[in-house]
Amino acid sequence: MSRVQRLWLRLQTLFSRRRVVEQLDDEIQFHLDQQTSEYVTAGMDAEEARRAAIRSFGNRTLLQERTIETWGWSTLDQFGQDLRYGFRGMRRDVGSTVFAILIAGIGIGASSTVFSVVNTLLLRPLPFRDPGRLVWISNGENYSTQTEQYSDLRDQNQSFSDLAGWSGFYRSGDKELMGAGEPERLTSVPVTQNFFALLGVEPVIGRSFTREECQGKYSTPPAMVISHSFWQRRFASDANVVGRKFVLNNEPVIVVGVLPASFDFASVFAPGTPVDIFIPWPLADKTKPAGNTMAIVGRLKPGATVQSAQAEFTLLAKQIGSNHPERNPVNPKLAPLQQHVSGMVRPALVLLMCAVGVVMLIVCANLSHLQMARMGTRQKEMAIRSSLGAGRFRLMRQMLTESGTFSCFGAALGLLLAVAGTRAMAHLNAFNLPLLESVRVDGRTFAFTLVAAVTSGVLFGLAPALQVRAYKLREGLQDAGRESSGSSRYGWFRDGLVVSEFALACMLLVGASLLIQSFVRVLDVNLGYQPERAAALRIDPSFRISSFAQQNSFIDDVLHRTRSVPGIAAAGITDVLPLGGDRSWQVSGKGQIYEKDHHPEAFIRVVSDGYLEALGIPLKLGREFAESDRASSEPVVIVNETLARTLWPGQDALGQFMTQDGGRRVVGVVGDVHHGGPERPGGSEMYLPMRQTADYPEMELVLRTALPPGSLAAGIRTALRPVDPNLPVSEFQTLRGLVDKEVSPRRFLVMLLAGFAGFALLLASLGIYALISYSVNQRTREIGICVALGASERIVRRGVLLKTLRLALTGVALGTVASFALTKWLESLLFGTTPTDPAAFLGVILLLSAVALVAGYVPARRASRVDPMIALRAN
Amino acid sequence: MSIVDSHSMGRPTDLVQGTLDLLILKTISLEPKHGWAIAKRIEQVSGDVLQVQQGSLYPALHRLEQKVWIKAKWTESETGRKAKYYSLTAAGRAQLEKETANWSRLSGAINLVIQSVEE
Repeated sequence: MSRVQRLWLRLQTLFSRRRVVEQLDDEIQFHLDQQTSEYVTAGMDAEEARRAAIRSFGNRTLLQERTIETWGWSTLDQFGQDLRYGFRGMRRDVGSTVFAILIAGIGIGASSTVFSVVNTLLLRPLPFRDPGRLVWISNGENYSTQTEQYSDLRDQNQSFSDLAGWSGFYRSGDKELMGAGEPERLTSVPVTQNFFALLGVEPVIGRSFTREECQGKYSTPPAMVISHSFWQRRFASDANVVGRKFVLNNEPVIVVGVLPASFDFASVFAPGTPVDIFIPWPLADKTKPAGNTMAIVGRLKPGATVQSAQAEFTLLAKQIGSNHPERNPVNPKLAPLQQHVSGMVRPALVLLMCAVGVVMLIVCANLSHLQMARMGTRQKEMAIRSSLGAGRFRLMRQMLTESGTFSCFGAALGLLLAVAGTRAMAHLNAFNLPLLESVRVDGRTFAFTLVAAVTSGVLFGLAPALQVRAYKLREGLQDAGRESSGSSRYGWFRDGLVVSEFALACMLLVGASLLIQSFVRVLDVNLGYQPERAAALRIDPSFRISSFAQQNSFIDDVLHRTRSVPGIAAAGITDVLPLGGDRSWQVSGKGQIYEKDHHPEAFIRVVSDGYLEALGIPLKLGREFAESDRASSEPVVIVNETLARTLWPGQDALGQFMTQDGGRRVVGVVGDVHHGGPERPGGSEMYLPMRQTADYPEMELVLRTALPPGSLAAGIRTALRPVDPNLPVSEFQTLRGLVDKEVSPRRFLVMLLAGFAGFALLLASLGIYALISYSVNQRTREIGICVALGASERIVRRGVLLKTLRLALTGVALGTVASFALTKWLESLLFGTTPTDPAAFLGVILLLSAVALVAGYVPARRASRVDPMIALRAN
Repeated sequence: MSIVDSHSMGRPTDLVQGTLDLLILKTISLEPKHGWAIAKRIEQVSGDVLQVQQGSLYPALHRLEQKVWIKAKWTESETGRKAKYYSLTAAGRAQLEKETANWSRLSGAINLVIQSVEE
């Protein structure tokens, strides 16, 4: 009963607040009237009696407030009041309000955007069932494994409930689909029968592969499972596509399943190359590509750990190796799948997260500074309120509410920016980062934003709030703040804020400049070929090539016709473009014998004549391939300088014989190519003439032009039509574009980091400008006296500039020391520079000093123009 | 003894607050009274020894009302003007008995101590 009554009372006071407050007022008024009339009866005159009554009652406002507090909603009520005060204050000073919300918004927006990327790549589990138990099993560093080794590992291990694999030997656009409108080149990935089941991915329509479907021929898959995006794009999400028959590379194929949208193979395993279809991989088929072709994923048994599995696999691999000396060696390296997927980008993301943290700190310092300046102008207000009985904690709470309001507005703006930012990022196909398409603002990002807002609100509101304690009634009312005493007490704190802003900005700038330097170095790397003005086009014939004669006349035809197109400087054919897949063979010179574990390996490129010239690979010795290097002529090979050095150290490689294909004579030595990208050395490479082999997965026509490559596409297509009228339409790729895509993760990092550093620089310069202006304003009178006593403009100006520089340089010194200690963590992200590169440090120090001088010059000029008469009369 | 330290506007201590509650409950136990009358009555009965700072009564009254030990009603006063009259609730009566007993025990105990020290 009483609890209900209590609640009722409370609700009444909450919802009919105005009436209840009025009643309290009435009640007290009644008391005062009662007392007055008693005094009057006792003989006082009316006015005197009224005053006496008020005196004996005590501080009415305070007591009334205390009474209201007993109603139990006071906290909420005062919060509302603080909020109202806050809004009033914000309206009063629109300029600084907008500025504060803007920088808080940008800071929070940047943090939330970076957080959502981090969340997607590092925190959110992979889109598979129980992803924590999935393990990536590589062979050595990133090499794939022979399928025979896979089968043995799978059958003999105790740690995994199952192992599955996909062929790392697929190429983008390696299948041609017909039977559904225009023929189209598709990217297909051969997978083991249990692949989807192991990951826990269920087709949304249809089924995965059956055992029978995985026992045919490698080149003629009987069934395919299609990706969700391909299903939407090509078949307009038609559910009836399952069961339909198509023609894939001239062989019949049936669609058996459609994968869910959540399964994006490419974004997890092969960033940047979208995959359209999956085909069964017949492991027993002897005609499938031999060698290390399989990428393996395993699902741990309950209780097994990556460490225990690693131990078992190391032993198992040795055993298998000694049982099967004829196979390629296997050296299993196990890592959690999540780690494998995000491993390469982890350091970069951690760096970005730290960078936004630093940016947020600078934002907070700036806002804190701003808030203190606002407080300075509100000293009177605070003093009056405190003399009217507002408690110290009440005023502090109000300060915090105000800063909290700012940061919440900032957070709202930040969230908008984050949504826009993540949207933009998810559509950046130019960046091949894993999982980038699924970056978005989710609940976790939202929570992060909220926490960031509240934390920053408290952080930047705390200093001004603590300052409230110091307001003394007398000082405040006398407006003592305009005297130098007011600024000196908190002067050190303001100075500290500016110094720390400079220190933090310095750290960010050092980091950014080191990475920019690295990026420039990466772009400067001599790739070993000339990507400018080079372009490539897929030209695999639509018909099946059945003989060397047919193959070679196709090659001759294509090259002759292409070279006759005006504007083409050189043309050649290759089976793999730079930055494309890699396959390697064990190689040896004639008569050389190597230990199994130390056998030289070389990457294989199957190319036609004209290729080296088209790509711009320099010929060092001997000759290029010629049209006359055909199936019927002597088997020849071209090696790169590394392979020449490896096989015939100190000797002339020209004229030597390699053991491949029963002996190939070396006819040329060419420069090394950074095949895997500018940051990776090329390794040993050998070039085989395309007219002498049938063992290549695809044909890429490479062109060197004098004109922009795009303008030639139509001409080339027309020229090639007579060779193969069904040549599938595919896009020209410029080599420059391929290289750009390869360096895109680095560009992504550099862009974001440079943006943050620029923002930090801007904030730091605004911060020091505001501080110096403020102190010049505060000391107008002092400066006026100096000028009156004969100080010249120059002396005044120098004084102000010196103060500015002192602050900035203190910050820079601290920042430099901190950077010096911290940049070693950047080492793994740097290229061609060192974490303590003097140029980067020196540049940043000069930049910050210059910025500080410019920021200090404006107020210094103002100070030097102070008219002593006006300054002294002002107070 | 004064209920409120007249030098500062600090809140009454727990002991004093409890005492003020007891005085209020006792004063309205016979008949409903409004705030001013309660203050007057306490002063009169104590022979002006207990000087309640009049305003400090109101936070106490409202706190007791929130605890539902007393209830309030707006009725016409003797002067014809509406006033807020406080009266005890059943819970308040029980509380009054408890606090009176507490008080007697406490003051008795203090008396005993004082007397034993005198001997």
